[in-house]
Amino acid sequence: MAGVVLKDIRKSYGQVKVLHGIDLDVAEGEFVVFVGPSGCGKSTLLRMIAGLETITAGEMSIGGKVVNDVPPSRRGIAMVFQSYALYPHMTVYDNMAFGLRIAHESKSEIDRRVRAAGDILQLTPYLDRLPKALSGGQRQRVAIGRAICRDPEVFLFDEPLSNLDAALRVATRIEIAKLKEQMPQTTMIYVTHDQVEAMTLADRIVVLSAGRVEQVGRPLELYENPTNLFVARFIGSPSMNIIPATVAEPGDPTLISLSAGRSVRVPIATPSAKAGEAASFGVRPEDLVLAKGDDYLLEGTVSLVEALGEVTLLYVDGPVGAEPMIAKLPGIVDVKKNDTVRLSADPGKLHLFDAAGKAFPKKR
Amino acid sequence: MVSQLVSSLGVVIAGVFFCALYYWLSDKLLQLALPVRDGDPRAASLALNRRAAVRPWLFLGPALLLLVVYLVYPVVATFILSFYDRSGTTFVGAANYVWAINDAQFRQSIFNNLMWLAVVPAACTFFGLVIAVMTDRIWWGNIAKSLIFMPMAISFVGASVIWKFIYEYRGGKEAQIGLLNAIVQFFGGDPQVWISMPFWNNFFLMAILIWIQTGFAMVILSAALRGIPEETVEAAVIDGANGWQIFWKIMVPQIWGTIAVVWTTITILVLKVFDIVLTMTNGQWDTMVLANLMFDWMFRGGGDSGRSAVIALVIMAAVTPIMIWNIRQANQQSGGH
Repeated sequence: MAGVVLKDIRKSYGQVKVLHGIDLDVAEGEFVVFVGPSGCGKSTLLRMIAGLETITAGEMSIGGKVVNDVPPSRRGIAMVFQSYALYPHMTVYDNMAFGLRIAHESKSEIDRRVRAAGDILQLTPYLDRLPKALSGGQRQRVAIGRAICRDPEVFLFDEPLSNLDAALRVATRIEIAKLKEQMPQTTMIYVTHDQVEAMTLADRIVVLSAGRVEQVGRPLELYENPTNLFVARFIGSPSMNIIPATVAEPGDPTLISLSAGRSVRVPIATPSAKAGEAASFGVRPEDLVLAKGDDYLLEGTVSLVEALGEVTLLYVDGPVGAEPMIAKLPGIVDVKKNDTVRLSADPGKLHLFDAAGKAFPKKR
Repeated sequence: MVSQLVSSLGVVIAGVFFCALYYWLSDKLLQLALPVRDGDPRAASLALNRRAAVRPWLFLGPALLLLVVYLVYPVVATFILSFYDRSGTTFVGAANYVWAINDAQFRQSIFNNLMWLAVVPAACTFFGLVIAVMTDRIWWGNIAKSLIFMPMAISFVGASVIWKFIYEYRGGKEAQIGLLNAIVQFFGGDPQVWISMPFWNNFFLMAILIWIQTGFAMVILSAALRGIPEETVEAAVIDGANGWQIFWKIMVPQIWGTIAVVWTTITILVLKVFDIVLTMTNGQWDTMVLANLMFDWMFRGGGDSGRSAVIALVIMAAVTPIMIWNIRQANQQSGGH
């Protein structure tokens, strides 16, 4: 079984640079999710690991062996495609057996492996069917079954759930999580743009943006301690409220002044050199609560109320910033449009970023 | 030139106008014949249903009539003629059929036609497929495709004239102007009279049709190849298949329906091959095919409509089943799944 190590991996198509040096160490048996907006290079990176795209520069090794020039079939990987990529003219059985036949496995071994995969994925009744006679979810399971049959050391998933409807997506997500549990030694790398999939499946998440790694970490680490504005905005839904501010008094805690003249003391240390510099102040919608009395963080007029029952979303036109702030309050809240609300938050849940978008580290 | 354009435009406009007028008038007549009166909803709905049942026949009528006049009637007439003598007046029973079975030239034509059938569709489809795959991978692929497709625009007679120069032979001391003989001489061989070389000359004639039709096969198959999802090829790469295996086990099966349509379309064309043989050899030196034999019996040496009709029926009997299969395949391709 094998881990995957990327050292300064770069990719360019002619003059266009797609990946600008990716360093990553995926441990054996780990479930790593690449997440990022479309065009960030996450699928390209996965296809480079698979061997479907050449590596422009850098070194990639799987299981301790450099694989830059090793063909896909010898890398010990299997890949599940977004469009399933089933062979339309072959039955489910033949789809799963194709790779094994190419590798000249014995008939009995092929049969054993295909039936075992069919059992795991509840495909046994459909082995004789053609892909066109299957539903989307079943096709997806065949694609996963084909990967299992190859008995890979590294499983690659390229947005495997994006062609499924919402209900099936949740069910298949849980199936993939179970599959990982059954194969603790198998490394899995999973590409998605859906942060729910990333948060629920991953041991570690790699957030990519414009061909660079923004942050690597456990899901909750990314949520609680984003190292920059991009990750702060990308992880979490609705995304973090970011309010322009300036550092009024650096130190620990820092006093910042928001654009409307209001000052907030944030328990995060800042170096004295930052005095007077621009900064961004962040607070997650779900960390905001309605303030009691005069001790509040922000004040504004409610422009829209979305009551979902389990939570109530308030869009607050604050005196600060152009975009409305969003507050996500638990349960049903008695607030109406055009009410003025005062919001506060636990000081430990506040975030502060410097002018370049990098987070000032929080105290542990 | 301008007057021709104007007059043909006028014909088109008048034609469309008369068609529209026909549909409008026939529908009006239908409404008069099956009126819907107020007050009795059941009678009204009955009349509307009858109108709906009659209308398609009314609208299809002219087309059906033309089909009967120009397709069904000739078939029936040919069938009847095949039992009559050369002038079509005296009934001779199956004598024409007996003649055909025993006639050496008829047998020769059948044999030659079978050879054409075995070689030309296979060669066109094979070359078309190979070229379609190859040209997808090179930057000048589209230029190559255009060049290969170009002979499609040349008439069979024109193509034959071009190829006459390739196979040209000059006797005596004259310099060889034929391309093939020039090449043979370049490599130290003796020039040959290619066109009158029995048996092999059939293949020299076939080369012309292959030259013309490969472009057709290439274009259709190239489009089909582009329709293959890229991911299935990538999945096969990950499964460890090499280029050959990907081509035969992943790509060809996915375009099998299209290959069949191309193959049968060219097969039908080959069964009707006429112009090339007429221009190149006129059926001499054992190159006769059925269509040319039919033409010879009908229009040369005084004419024999009976024997000619027998040959026409043989060609039709050969084409019809392939045509039916071809149309079915094509329908499946265009969304029957």
